[in-house]
Amino acid sequence: MSAPRYWREIKYRYRLIGELCTECGSIIFPRRRLCPHCGCRELEECKLSERGTVLSWTVIQHPPKGYEKYAPYVVALIRLDDGTQILSQVVDVEPEEMRVGLRVEATFRRVREDGSSGIIEYGYKFRPVIEEP
Amino acid sequence: MVLKTSRPVGIIGYGAYIPMNRLKASEISRVWGGCAEPIEEKAVASIDEDAVTIAVECARYAIKRAKIDPREIGAIYVGTESKPYAVKPCGTIVAEAIGATPQVTAADYEFACKAGTEAFQACIGLVSSGMVKYAMAIGADTAQGRPADPLEYTVACGGAAFIFTLKSNKTLAYLEGSYSYVTDTPDFWRRGLEMYPRHGSRFTGEPAYFRHIIGAAKGLMAELGYGPQDFKYAVFHQPNVKFPVKVAKRLGFGMDAIKPGLIVPYVGNTYAGSTPIGLAATLDVAEPGDRILVVSYGSGAGSDAFSFVVQDAIIEGRPRDLPVSTFIARKRYLDYSLYSRMRGKIHL
Amino acid sequence: MRPVSIGGVALTPVGEQWELSLRDLACEAALKALDSVEIDHIDALYIANMAAAPIQGQLHLGAMLADALGLRRIPAIRVEAAQASGGVAIHEAYLAVASGLYDSVIVVGVEKMSDALPEEVRSALAMAEDQEYTAYTGVTDIGLCALLHRLYMERYEAKPEEIASLAAVSHEHAVGCPHAQYPFKVSVERILSSPMEADPIHMLECSGIGDGAAALILTADAGNVEIAASTVAVDHFFLTERRDPLTLEAVRMASKRAYEMAGISPRDIDLVELHDLTTIMGILSLEDLGFVEKGFGARYVSEGNVRRDGELPVNTFGGLKARGNPVGATGVYQVAEVALQLLGEADRCQVEDAETGLAENLGGVASTCSITILRRR
Repeated sequence: MSAPRYWREIKYRYRLIGELCTECGSIIFPRRRLCPHCGCRELEECKLSERGTVLSWTVIQHPPKGYEKYAPYVVALIRLDDGTQILSQVVDVEPEEMRVGLRVEATFRRVREDGSSGIIEYGYKFRPVIEEP
Repeated sequence: MVLKTSRPVGIIGYGAYIPMNRLKASEISRVWGGCAEPIEEKAVASIDEDAVTIAVECARYAIKRAKIDPREIGAIYVGTESKPYAVKPCGTIVAEAIGATPQVTAADYEFACKAGTEAFQACIGLVSSGMVKYAMAIGADTAQGRPADPLEYTVACGGAAFIFTLKSNKTLAYLEGSYSYVTDTPDFWRRGLEMYPRHGSRFTGEPAYFRHIIGAAKGLMAELGYGPQDFKYAVFHQPNVKFPVKVAKRLGFGMDAIKPGLIVPYVGNTYAGSTPIGLAATLDVAEPGDRILVVSYGSGAGSDAFSFVVQDAIIEGRPRDLPVSTFIARKRYLDYSLYSRMRGKIHL
Repeated sequence: MRPVSIGGVALTPVGEQWELSLRDLACEAALKALDSVEIDHIDALYIANMAAAPIQGQLHLGAMLADALGLRRIPAIRVEAAQASGGVAIHEAYLAVASGLYDSVIVVGVEKMSDALPEEVRSALAMAEDQEYTAYTGVTDIGLCALLHRLYMERYEAKPEEIASLAAVSHEHAVGCPHAQYPFKVSVERILSSPMEADPIHMLECSGIGDGAAALILTADAGNVEIAASTVAVDHFFLTERRDPLTLEAVRMASKRAYEMAGISPRDIDLVELHDLTTIMGILSLEDLGFVEKGFGARYVSEGNVRRDGELPVNTFGGLKARGNPVGATGVYQVAEVALQLLGEADRCQVEDAETGLAENLGGVASTCSITILRRR
């Protein structure tokens, strides 16, 4: 990926920053020029919840280019505690341990890299919530 | 010469992170023969983890415990010897990930296993001089172990972050003084394009580890007028089990003093994370009034010694929810082949 | 708007056509179509393609194909809407003729996927989704279907074999089809014992990679098969923003408008060409096209209702699964197949007394849906 394209999304990917629609109260992620639900253009930056619940999940066995090193990996549809839905990998879990309803939390991980000389791309992934045993 | 600050400095928050993968020492013996040390197993980063991601985890926990606004952090220093980029600081990525940018100074430190405490020294200086309100020092590593080398048993991944600020009743522990003891001693090194380090085997003992730790510890204690009996706990750099136990004994510390911080048997040597995580594990159990001696060691070589005194705020401010022991207990085992894959030893 | 007819149907066999380039394939279908009709001249060319840019590095397909066909100085336009490119190109062509602007146009759908390695194809197909937040997770198009597949099983207690039965029926229908990629039967047991492609979707529930080209000629005169409706609709681009991920709103909207346009209801449809990228997409489509109540699609299929001799024949030449899915061309294949059925030229795949047929073409995780309804005059 080009450096400018990666750089542009850093804040949103690193810190899970979305937008709050001042009209209908929806939380929008990723950011948009106008609310995809009500069309309002008055949007304020807001931080998404970092915890959520797995709604559905799959295991990617055959990845697209750039993700081979990491396969197989779990991708899940997650409903965050603030009601937003997000698509993300789920890590630190065996596919056999995955289930609908699993509680997960955001973490910061490598997503891919542009060969051995290009930039390293980081971003959010989720993992089962770490709790005291 | 003891390094004393013009104004007292304390720790307002800290956090540690150890990846969940473990490789048993017996697995390494199975593949390469040889004898496993008293080390049982070591922590191994996942394929999508590196020194930066570990540093970010630690930093986030530290900020949460400190209950501060990350925008008020004026400096972020990451000490590591496994920088993902040779040129581009981990510090900037961490700063962005925690929301401290753009009004911050950030950089990386390298001094082998004492890079983390190097960062401590710099942060303490910036804070006590009044240049910044909060400064965060992180020691984090995903160092590489050369296959079939004895060090492969111990090289591990992990880190801890400490946020320093002027001492107040909110700080968890304050610094009485520090002492750095540095010489040019080539006991362990890694050249620029090499994946694995090299070391001088037994040369890494007396002339290196022991000389510098003892030099720094004795120097600090003499200048502060303390003996081992004045310290409740001591944290020494732990490249293996034998060295910290031996140096503790030589300096007059009993096993009780070093036990809380001695995590190497369970997670291995986390390099720049080693002493910081040891300190975190000790703070997890320390009580107000306890004095803690912390002495790191970095090959090349040098030691930073610190004397911290625990304050009342430790009761509320320590991570009751996620102490170091939680990360030690949280594990899944890899076999040697998965470990090789996770650590990028298999070239695709 | 004046009536538009379909003639000059041409299809190349779907498969790995190593000897034929993108241009060769397109010409083969186009020339066959042109040769089969008696038309003075073609007023415009529409070419449907999804992935020639990443796979062949080729843009500007309109000009390229017009040149290859010796069609000079005519409008030549490439249409892209991911895997819905074919249906959307037909929509554009239909509008052009119905509006009176052109009298006869040719629509060519072409895709040459075997020029790329499988991982390159997967990346190309993932370009149908948002790159920065959807594709960035490393999810594939099949992966997105898998999320829906699991959700469907959980919510409606549908069994894997019920959903998989759509692939079995599709394969049955491909037997004897001259242009099908996999013209042989495959049992539900075989399907469910194939390796997981993206849990819970098995490999044999997914359409494969194939090359192919299909062409149609649309004219303003009253032919035997007319376009009764042609619609396109889009849904939220992000699956995460949909009110209910198991409702394909683009399919509901496009089909609703299509039925209105054609003055019919779902009951009047005699056969359906579904976009079964994976089995679950075909099942959800059946429901959102208004043929079966939501949640009952899998059972409906498993009970044999969608066979050629059943209540609602589906994928009459094999669908995406068994006829194949040369992505950008698929939508044209679908409409061509409906036309063949209505013309009585479906040979071993013939559905008896077919008068009205519907083709559903999807792009992305049903972010675009194109519906074409054909009617026999």
